Parts: sequence; C-alpha cells; structure tokens
Amino acid sequence: MNSVLVLLRKEMRQIFRNRTMLPIIFVMPIVQLLVLAFAATFEVRETPMTLVGEAFGPDARQLVAEMQASGYFDVVNRTTSMHEAERDMQAGRSRVILRFPADYERGGRLQVVIDAQDGATAGVVQAYIGRTLGARRTAPAPVEIRPVHWYNPNLEYELYMVPGILVVLVTMIGTFLSAINLVREKEIGTIEQLNVTPIRKWELILGKLLPFWIIALFELAFGLGLAWIVFRIPMEGSLPLIFGLAAIYLLSMLGLGLWISAITETQQQAMFISWFILVIFILMSGLFTPIESMPVWARWLTNLNPMAHFIEIMRRVLLKGAGPEAVFKQALMLWLFATAILTLATRKYRKVAG
Amino acid sequence: MRRKADASRGAFFGFVRKEFRHILRDRRTLVVLFGMPVLMMGLFGYAIRNELENVRIGVAGATGDEVARRIIQRMDASSLFEVVEEVTGSDGIEDGFRHGRFNAAVIFEPGFAGALQRPGPAHVQVITDASNPNTASTVQAYVEAVLRGSGMEPALFQMRYNPELKSAYLFVPGVMAVILMLVSALMTSITITREREMGSMEVLLVSPLHPTQIIIGKVVPYLALSMINVATILLLAAFAFEVPIRGSLTLLVGEAFLFTLCALSLGILISSRSSSLQTSTMIALAGLLMPTVLLSGFIFPIASMPAPLQMLSHVVPAKWFLIIVRSIMIRGVGLELIWRETIIIAGMTLLFIGVSVRSFKLRLE
Repeated sequence: MNSVLVLLRKEMRQIFRNRTMLPIIFVMPIVQLLVLAFAATFEVRETPMTLVGEAFGPDARQLVAEMQASGYFDVVNRTTSMHEAERDMQAGRSRVILRFPADYERGGRLQVVIDAQDGATAGVVQAYIGRTLGARRTAPAPVEIRPVHWYNPNLEYELYMVPGILVVLVTMIGTFLSAINLVREKEIGTIEQLNVTPIRKWELILGKLLPFWIIALFELAFGLGLAWIVFRIPMEGSLPLIFGLAAIYLLSMLGLGLWISAITETQQQAMFISWFILVIFILMSGLFTPIESMPVWARWLTNLNPMAHFIEIMRRVLLKGAGPEAVFKQALMLWLFATAILTLATRKYRKVAG
Repeated sequence: MRRKADASRGAFFGFVRKEFRHILRDRRTLVVLFGMPVLMMGLFGYAIRNELENVRIGVAGATGDEVARRIIQRMDASSLFEVVEEVTGSDGIEDGFRHGRFNAAVIFEPGFAGALQRPGPAHVQVITDASNPNTASTVQAYVEAVLRGSGMEPALFQMRYNPELKSAYLFVPGVMAVILMLVSALMTSITITREREMGSMEVLLVSPLHPTQIIIGKVVPYLALSMINVATILLLAAFAFEVPIRGSLTLLVGEAFLFTLCALSLGILISSRSSSLQTSTMIALAGLLMPTVLLSGFIFPIASMPAPLQMLSHVVPAKWFLIIVRSIMIRGVGLELIWRETIIIAGMTLLFIGVSVRSFKLRLE
C-alpha cells in the first residue's frame, strides 16, 4: 500500500509541474461548461419567416401579430411573389413561408411551407402553427387542458443539459489523461524503470488511477458548485449519493482509459482509440438525443454504456430528487462495468519489456 | 540549378512516401481513422433520432370512462406515445417520474364523460416530467391535438426538402464536419508535435528539405485520407440512408477539400503553439470536440442560441462548412449562394497558416 502512495505522490507532482497542462485540465472544462450549456437548446426561437400575399386583411394581420408576439417567429420579408419567397428559403434566409390566399379573410386555407432539413424543429414549428390556427378557426374545444410541468416549470433547457454536459467534460479529461499516461511511460522508456521496482501490478494500476480519480471528482464538485450558482440547478437529491455513484462511475471510465493505455503502443493510438470510444458513448448516452426515440436494439445497447447510466443518475437525482432505490439498476450496472474493466486492465498490463 | 530543384523534389516525394508508410503501418490508428465515419454514419442513420418517439405516458383518474378510453386508445395508437400504465394519485406519478417509468401523465377529471355532455368544458390535466423540456413541450402540444380531435387541417402544410422529416438529412452534413475537423486537426497536431518530442524533428530540419516542404509533406497524407473519408460518408449517405445530393457533386467535394485544408492548418497551428504532445492532443480533442458538435448547428439550431453564443459560433469553422454542405446537398444551391461562406473558410485557413508560420520554431532549444 505504501508503494501506491509513493506512486500517487509522483503522479501528482508530475501533473502539477506541467504548467501548460494545468489550464487544460482545470480551466477548459469549466469554460466549456459555462459557454456550451447555453448552446444546447432545442427551443425554437425567432425562426425567420416570409409572408406572401396580395393584401393582408385584419384577420391575417392579427394572426401574424400573434405569431410574432410568441417569439417563435420573426418576419424577415413580405412579398407578393411566391418565387421570391422560395428564393429566400433556398438561400437560407427564411425557414417558413406563409402564403395567404386572396380569399383568406373569407375562410380560404393558408399555405405553409416549412424548411424541413431539421425534421424535429420543423415538426415543432408545424405543431405551433397548427395550434395557433386551430384555436382561431375552430369553436372553443369542449375539453379544457391544464398543463403542469413538474421539476422545471419554465421549461429551461439549461437545467436538463448542464448535468449531462458536466459529466461529459469531466469524463473526457479523466479518460484522455489516464489513456495517455501508461503509454507515455512506454514511449519514453520509463516503464522499464517502473517494471523493475517491487511494485505489484494492481498497485501500479491503482497508483496510476487514483490521481486522475481525485482530480475528476474535484472537478465534478467544482462544476456542480458552478451549476448551482450560475444555472440554478436544483439540488433536489442527496449529494453524498451523487458523489458515491460518481466515484464508481469514474473508476469505470478511468479504468477504461488505463486499459486502452495498456493495449496500445503510442500516445497517438491511445488518444485515437479513447476518442473513438468516447464519441460512441456520448452519442449513445441520451445527452443530446432522447434514448426513447432509438430503435429497441439501440436502446438495449445503451445499457452497456456507463455514461448513459451516470447522466441518467445525475438528472434523476439532481432534478427530481430520486433516492437510492430509483437509481439502483444504474448503480449496479456501473459497479459491474467498473469491476470488469479494472480486472481487464490489470490483467492486460504486463510487467515485462515488450 | 535545375538538377538541384529536381533533387529536392525527389527528396520531397520520398518524404511524403515515408509519411504514408508511417500511417499505413499503424493498423490500430487506421482502423479508427476509417472505422469512425462508418460507425458514426451507422449510429446516426439507424440508432439516433432527434425527433420524439415512444414517449411513455401514464394515465390516471376517470380512465374507465367510455370517452376517456377512446382518447387513451387514440394516443396509444400514434407512434409518438405509448401508454404504459395506470397510476393512482400524485405520489404514484412522482414515483413513476423518479424511476423514469413514464414521461408524462394524463389525468381525467372524475365523471369526465358526464362533464362532456353538460355545457362548459370537461377538464383534463397533463403533468409532464419537464426535467426534459423538449419532451414536456412536445407532449403537451400533441396531447392537446389528440384531445381536440382530428378536425380539418387548418392549413396546407408542405415540408420542403425533407418531406419525411428524416434526421439523416440533418446529421449527415454534421458527421462530415465533425470527422473532417477532428481527424485532420488531431492527426496533424499529433504527427508534428511527436517529431519534436522524439527529437527527430532536428534530423528533418537539417535535411535538404525546406521547413515548408516538411510541413506540407506531413499534411498531404492526411489530406488524402480525409478525402477517402469524405467519399465513404457520401456513398453511405446516398446509398444506405438515401440522403440526396441535389447540388453539384464537384462543388461539394471541392468545398470538403477546402474545409479539410482549414482543419489541417488548424492542426498545424495547435502543434506550433504547444510544447508537448500531451498538450496539443488535449487541445485538439478536448478543446475541439464539444464546440464543433455544439456550436456548429450540428444538433442544436444556432438561431435559438443567445446572441453572444451566436457571435461565438462565427469563429467555429464547422458552422460555415455545415451551411455549405446543407445548401449543396439538401437545397441544391450553387456557388452563387454560398460564396460568402466559402470565402470565410478560405480566409480562416490563410489566417491559421499565417499565424503558425510566424510562431513555428525552426530551431529547437
């Protein structure tokens, strides 16, 4: 155990000695969190819209005013020529065309052209226009609907995205650092010196893992603090639960980094392979796109993705105040993954010269 | 004079050949290099969708009502919803949300069918798990549509360019931008910094090759590999996912070439400014991945971002490339509508090269 501590101290010294790496490890994730959290929104806002029609009667004017007041749309051009409107759309200057027929005031049907390259946004725009028009044209519905939004009454995207983005940033730093660590010693040749020390295999893996584990946990704490202050992320659930599970999660991801480090020969390979795996993990994590929308086989595959489990844990515990029983399945999967990958990494590392 | 130029050209080609051999020898990196685009295209084509589907709904209240049952059936029948369970009380709803068993609950007031007969509206409450705001607002809109009944479509809707609302139309250009940006920037920054760290850069610098030739020689193989990736992505897009290429293919490939140059020069810039391999790879990977995904309009629409972020997105090269690729592939426009974006990318490339030439250290300390 003593040799683990010695190794830990050596690694820590190495990390804090490297002045150019320090800002990358500590500042970059924080800056990215602060900036990128605002970028991740599916909200539809100020969609540029072109109006086409000969004359706009009171009914049409009222509809346009209502749509513009909603903040969803922004009228960029009014024209009488459909051709000009199509030109606008082709050039990307406008995403929606509203064409008012000459008999619109007498009940004529509006023609709506939506640029549907982004299918999801187009769907939202269509639903909104349909609802606005429906409410104006049909008699009041016999059913009154009372929508209530729990956990996030103002539907703020930051609340949903910040915990997930934080997980990705912390994971990226931790995994990359651990992935290039062992292989760097191999490349420089210092691994030979480590091999001839009396340190045992598991002690070496532990000593290599602990420094990044401590750094990543610290970053997570710092990021959560910022999330709380800047984004007002509610801390509904228990923080010890979050950190307990984060500890297991990070073991599994850093273990993954060390395993990559053990099977590769150059830092270049290690970086590339860990990048490859991380991109898959991020895409299949439900961070940006809903897991529910995936086909069944893909949804099943996300079970093997520790990142998906931990992002789900963060969201459930932080936003909804879920207790241990509600994240038990995820916690179990993380534990299994961590055990498997650490065993694999220890096995794969050989204390002999390649 | 002539012979000297010939000799130096020969040396240059020899150097490029050596670089190619270096790359082709490293099987693991090659697998990642060529496997990445195929895998990402596969995931985006078959697994990942950004439109909502299978939103799980819990129902509560007077669900035994004849009318309520019909409404529930209608919701269940749509591909958007899946009615998963009947819940009782707000504790049951809370529990379901926390365990993630369903995303929204629809509650019918007691005596719902009776209330419909009487004058005045009958009440339905829709409670959404708004921790995911996207699901919440969509569910609310669709439940309203289902409850109002499918009356006459109030307008004639036309979904231009992508009538089936396929996500692949949105993602294919994005995958191309991310792959080209990261592979090119990362690979060049790694290969140049590595020579320096290993000490072999000194050997190269005393060779008859001009430093510019060394840099070009390092970059050419990756340019070739990137173009193979572009071809793979376009073939997969056209044949596996049936994303059309409506504009000129030549123009598209030319623009991809330009963007690759831009990414490569960014890689050179990173390597010329950073001292160690660790630093440059961390900048290239950790620093470029998230901004390229988030600030380029790949997944999230730029128009919805706050103004300062929209300003910031202007300096992300991938943003301009995405506009170009989408314009050519999906909207079928020609150079006359995208020359501005093309000039911006070309300008960024020149800027990156200019700055790195100035800060490139020819002599090693």
